[in-house]
Amino acid sequence: MTIEDGAAHSETMVEKVDRAMFVRYAGASGDFNPIHWNEDFAKSAGYPGVFAQGMFTAGVLGTFLTNWVGEENVRRFRTRFVGQVWPGEQIVCSGKVTKLFDDNGEKRAEVELSVTNEKGEKKIDGDATVVV
Amino acid sequence: MSEQSQAPTTDWVVERGKIAEFARAVQNESAAYTQGDPVAPPTFPQSMALWRTRARRPGGPVGREGLDMRRVLHGEQEFEYVRPLRAGDVLTAEANVKDRYEKEGKRGGTMTFIVTETTFRDANGEVVAYSRGTTIQTSKAAT
Repeated sequence: MTIEDGAAHSETMVEKVDRAMFVRYAGASGDFNPIHWNEDFAKSAGYPGVFAQGMFTAGVLGTFLTNWVGEENVRRFRTRFVGQVWPGEQIVCSGKVTKLFDDNGEKRAEVELSVTNEKGEKKIDGDATVVV
Repeated sequence: MSEQSQAPTTDWVVERGKIAEFARAVQNESAAYTQGDPVAPPTFPQSMALWRTRARRPGGPVGREGLDMRRVLHGEQEFEYVRPLRAGDVLTAEANVKDRYEKEGKRGGTMTFIVTETTFRDANGEVVAYSRGTTIQTSKAAT
């Protein structure tokens, strides 16, 4: 895929989020906050149940980005968490190139990013700087 | 604002196996992560943050001491790379609390915001990456 000004890309990265994904991410990242895998603990905190680590969803957005622009080309990646991701939801990632520029002779692009569920409800707002 | 820092940790090796495990956990099936000396996925430094701090700080990551995990939210996270991290890199990391402030919550009560920055250096002492995060403690458990 080409990275040019205004280029946009969207993809459903996870068809159906399940708890095993949170457990796998806990193991890989070392983030064992029980709110993401222990229903009783999540309920005691006032939530309807367990939900994804923000960094799990951010990581999936990172996968979307590297699939698009290449593994070696990400120079900055920012995510702001605006809503919890629940088991059963879809993870839909979208990106749009908002600017092309030159940084000391290296061609770069700014990319606007977001994660929503299947209903379009926003989960993450983000942006990235990539080498073109 | 409070300034709190953590002395640079001992060397951390960016490991192939950890990259492959982490890539799989973030639903990444690219063959690039299981061949040769792969680059690390964009959010990979997060996998080092918790291990790194646990080893030295029984209380957990710098700035999070004494927080009630039932009330803690991750607000924002940013990674900046001078160059991509690659398997075999030997890194040191230094974490600092950059800011800590309180705001009145929309539904009453006080929310605490903690902003931290971690600087990663390679074996030559060159800065290779930064990780910046905002942790929020809400005034009470979610309802």
